[in-house]
Amino acid sequence: MEKTRIDTRFAACKAENRAALVGFITAGDPDLDTSLEIFKALPKAGVDVIELGMPFSDPMAEGVPIQLATQRALAGGHTMAKTFDMVRAFRKEDNETPIILMGYYNPIYIRDPKVFVKDAREAGVDGLIVVDVPPEHDDELCLPARDAGVNFIRLATPTTDEKRLPKVLANTSGFVYYVSVTGITGTGALDADKVAIAVKRIKEHTELPVAVGFGVKTPEQAEAVGRNADGVVVGSVLVNAIRDSLDGEGKATEKTVAAVTDIVKGLAEGCKRAKA
Amino acid sequence: MTDPTSLPNSVSQGPDDRGFFGIYGGRFVSETLMPLILDLDAAYRQAKEDPAFHAELADLHKNYVGRQSPLYFAERLTEHLGGAKIYLKREELNHTGSHKINNCLGQILLAKRMGKTRIIAETGAGQHGVATATVCARFGFPCEVYMGATDVERQAPNVFRMNLLGGVVHPVTAGAGTLKDAMNEALRDWVTNVEDTYYIIGTAAGPHPYPMMVRDFQSIIGQEVKEQIMAAEGRLPDMLCACLGGGSNAIGLFHPFLEDKDVQIVGVEAAGYGLDTDKHCASLNAGKPGVLHGNRTYLLQDPDGQILEGHSISAGLDYPGIGPEHSYLRDTGRVEYVSATDTEALEAFQLLCLTEGIIPALESSHAIAEVIKRAPTMDKDQIIVVNLSGRGDKDVNTVSKFLGKGSLAE
Repeated sequence: MEKTRIDTRFAACKAENRAALVGFITAGDPDLDTSLEIFKALPKAGVDVIELGMPFSDPMAEGVPIQLATQRALAGGHTMAKTFDMVRAFRKEDNETPIILMGYYNPIYIRDPKVFVKDAREAGVDGLIVVDVPPEHDDELCLPARDAGVNFIRLATPTTDEKRLPKVLANTSGFVYYVSVTGITGTGALDADKVAIAVKRIKEHTELPVAVGFGVKTPEQAEAVGRNADGVVVGSVLVNAIRDSLDGEGKATEKTVAAVTDIVKGLAEGCKRAKA
Repeated sequence: MTDPTSLPNSVSQGPDDRGFFGIYGGRFVSETLMPLILDLDAAYRQAKEDPAFHAELADLHKNYVGRQSPLYFAERLTEHLGGAKIYLKREELNHTGSHKINNCLGQILLAKRMGKTRIIAETGAGQHGVATATVCARFGFPCEVYMGATDVERQAPNVFRMNLLGGVVHPVTAGAGTLKDAMNEALRDWVTNVEDTYYIIGTAAGPHPYPMMVRDFQSIIGQEVKEQIMAAEGRLPDMLCACLGGGSNAIGLFHPFLEDKDVQIVGVEAAGYGLDTDKHCASLNAGKPGVLHGNRTYLLQDPDGQILEGHSISAGLDYPGIGPEHSYLRDTGRVEYVSATDTEALEAFQLLCLTEGIIPALESSHAIAEVIKRAPTMDKDQIIVVNLSGRGDKDVNTVSKFLGKGSLAE
């Protein structure tokens, strides 16, 4: 398939000798306007690739931080149409930073996967991560996405063994997302040595960049993971920062945007040090 | 409705290798779980071919559960309704008080074969949780059960039962704190503890092979009914009737009869306050196809694909989805899916108490409610078999609360 912004950005980070920082926020958290403001502020703070979470009522792979972020967004009336609006608004100002939509299959299925990928591409989306569509069901979403010019980024996990890895990688594009722990987002103790072995193993099977996520919280962890991986994914630590910045009624405050960007700056430094 | 005689022969042959019944089913799970699901599929296929597995299960059915469960002619209920002869399949007489034990025994034997050392389960009404805690005690496994906080409250006796049996109950506060949320939390546990943990799903839903496997373990209900009704009446029944939450007792009764085209099959969903309100659990009657908890099936959802909370007076039916095979049987027209409201279920509950001296579960009362509508319209020589899937001891608090309010008087 044609080169996307994701391919270009990972190549650029490699050329600049740093690990790419992939940052996740939930669309519409804590409200549409603040969420858009955070979204737009991420590249300047140091995020190389943005993962925008599509809120779903039943986020089975998420730990409490992203579950709560999802609930905040849905309570505020967030919809898929508003997620697309956010992407379009972002693209008016930034035509370089890759945007990945991340979420679950049902809100896509109900719109018709072929229509969804076309709309996503037109809005300016570069990739998709959909947790509950494994390679066994590539015909459902992965192949339509590829045909529409949208990367389908697949997760590889500690349970993805040698035999299964080629199947997982077969129709993957953009990059490979290695899930560092068996478990849900925002939990678990990350073991940088084990991750290094896993990344090496995946790289024996693919030319694609490998980014590592689940459990990265600090600049030090980003640095440790980034030594071997091409990218570092952070999510729960950012949505927790949003939560902690809210007032007593759960509304955004003047601190909310900076709470996220401050953390991002530290993590971006970690990603730079990783390859130094 | 589709003419049952024109149906393809394959109506009972599903699922295919990818776990699909028509377009329903599949394996929509995260990558971490995918290798486990494939292992489980292989282990189940192996067990299915192993006579020793079936022998052990049969022995437990007979000596531990008390099978076969009677097929009982409900003489006074029949007289009262004045139409078709009504037979009750007495699954409520099973050890633990419902059909749930049939599935749990099959799955615990499988967990043992697979070398797993820890069991988790989700539960709504608590019947599946009790059955799971029971088999865990019997086979010496640690057992953790996820149960919505709302259900923990309204099904307190079952929570205590699980504790007595050594089960640890985790109340789930996410969402509305009911079965769907409990299932999310069980899946989160499973994905975190993949190496040693076996997840006993309680209904004929979830990623393949669960819908097929649970159906197979529950099909003993229908197989026994076939033998028993032949012995009692010398012919097959005219109609089968069962309630549906996820649909495991219903598919267990229905499946052995799917190719018997003269047997009319009726499944009863929970209509809660009524299908014209948003307080019900009738996914086949009022939902749309979608993907949740590992399978494609009819779901209660909003236009943006967000899953809605169901409502039913019966905690065991309070689930916004349905087993995928039922979705397929709905679309093909082989099974007719109707619904009964909370009020209708409560009336049926009381009627069975007074006419037969049997306190049914509120879940099963939905099936009785449909029989109350149908039997009087049928001939006296016609036969209905209704699955009395569970006993109602656990529901007496709920029922007394409603009767105390006089909500039945209207």
